[in-house]
Amino acid sequence: MESKGYRWSRRAVGFVALLLVAATVVLGLWITPPDIVQGQLVRLIYVHPPVAWVAYLAYGVTSIGSVLYLWKRTRNLKWDLLAASSAEVGVIFTGLTLITGSIWGRPAWGVWWTWDARLTTTALLFVLYLGYLALRRVPADSHQRAVRSAIAGLIAFIDVPIVHQSVVWWRTLHQSATVLNATLSPKIHGEMAMTLLLGFIAFTFVYVWMLMHRYQIADMEQSVLDIELEQLIEERQREPESYSDQAVLTQDVDQIDQPSKV
Amino acid sequence: MWRDALLIAAKDLKIELRSKVTMNQILPFAFVVLIVFAFALDTSPGTLEKVAPGLFWLAVLFSSIFSVDRAVAIETDDGAGDGLLVYGVDPGGIFLGKVLSVFVQLFLLEIFLLLGVVVLYGPKIGGLPLMVVSAFFATLGLCAAGVTYSQLATGSRAKQTLLPLLLVPVASPVLLAGTKAWQDAFSSATLLGDPWLRLLIVFAVVYLALGAIFFGSILEG
Repeated sequence: MESKGYRWSRRAVGFVALLLVAATVVLGLWITPPDIVQGQLVRLIYVHPPVAWVAYLAYGVTSIGSVLYLWKRTRNLKWDLLAASSAEVGVIFTGLTLITGSIWGRPAWGVWWTWDARLTTTALLFVLYLGYLALRRVPADSHQRAVRSAIAGLIAFIDVPIVHQSVVWWRTLHQSATVLNATLSPKIHGEMAMTLLLGFIAFTFVYVWMLMHRYQIADMEQSVLDIELEQLIEERQREPESYSDQAVLTQDVDQIDQPSKV
Repeated sequence: MWRDALLIAAKDLKIELRSKVTMNQILPFAFVVLIVFAFALDTSPGTLEKVAPGLFWLAVLFSSIFSVDRAVAIETDDGAGDGLLVYGVDPGGIFLGKVLSVFVQLFLLEIFLLLGVVVLYGPKIGGLPLMVVSAFFATLGLCAAGVTYSQLATGSRAKQTLLPLLLVPVASPVLLAGTKAWQDAFSSATLLGDPWLRLLIVFAVVYLALGAIFFGSILEG
């Protein structure tokens, strides 16, 4: 069951997330000026990079959860549930990254999609983790599922740099990172940079809030399974008393099987 | 582990020699793929010639899905894999044996398929050393990733649809690098300087290592 502290911290995180997103919206849409080159289009920058960052963060958390489950000393089903919840949120944010990128790409580049390295990697990342989620749906007991999905999650994560390197060599068109570039000197200034930074923080809070919710649901699902299992075991333990009933039932069935004799 | 691997590979190849699934089903399928590619694209000279390496590796990728599925299905039927574990066969050995057996089958399939590509698409083939070496590592990587994922997806009633969803995105660097390495080979680039070959080697090594480490947990888990 959900503890009181967990519930309150979840609500607090949700409240902060709401405030920060509202502030980002106000700053992004009204306070900040349009860009000299991109005009109003620049406002998408307060959403698109933060959403992409959350997707990477989510997959990072999935990988950490997977490692902690696979490592026998820290093995606990909670890590598996955390990895699964984070992957699910990550897939949503990867989808949002692709959609917001497309919306920006259409007016900026003239196309909805271009075969640039980062776009292609993101699309493959989306499918990779959809596969991870599909694998989790395979019927198995919790431990078996946890081991398998932890391995699949780790392999997917290790695959990301390989995929990225291959498509970078294939073709590169995307503009380089704006804030986290090699020299760490941001290429944008003043209130625009502040709004972007606020966007990053706001969406991180949104992620944490969604993760807490999803984890809670996963935890409750697991509890339901455990309770059902306990009930089944109890029923099985009570079974010897009803053996005689079963014998009568079998006899009846035998009689039904041979009606021609009657 | 290596002895177990060789035993498993020999066993699987013997099963293939007797059942001829790769020979009679997967190889013809790969040929059909080559033919329908020509329907989907343009048969005018130049088009198919240009895309021949990509189509070749795409046909190999499709075939590999069936091959690895079959290699793992041999052990899941009648719980044969559990039997192997009870006998004390090393899980890493089972993995390497499976990879070796699928590798041999796929490599032979590629030779036949290349003949088909030469006849049907008519590309100018060149740079044989780079072609062979890159095909070697590309196939190894495909088999290693494929056997791992095929074992991961075991137990699913929807395995036939789950395996491609898992394997194709993971193996996409092999498709890309294999195609590019062959294009480089056709325009006669040097063997060791090719970055795509290096990528194929990295992929093969990473997935062989991951498979050998995790296969035991997947089997027992």
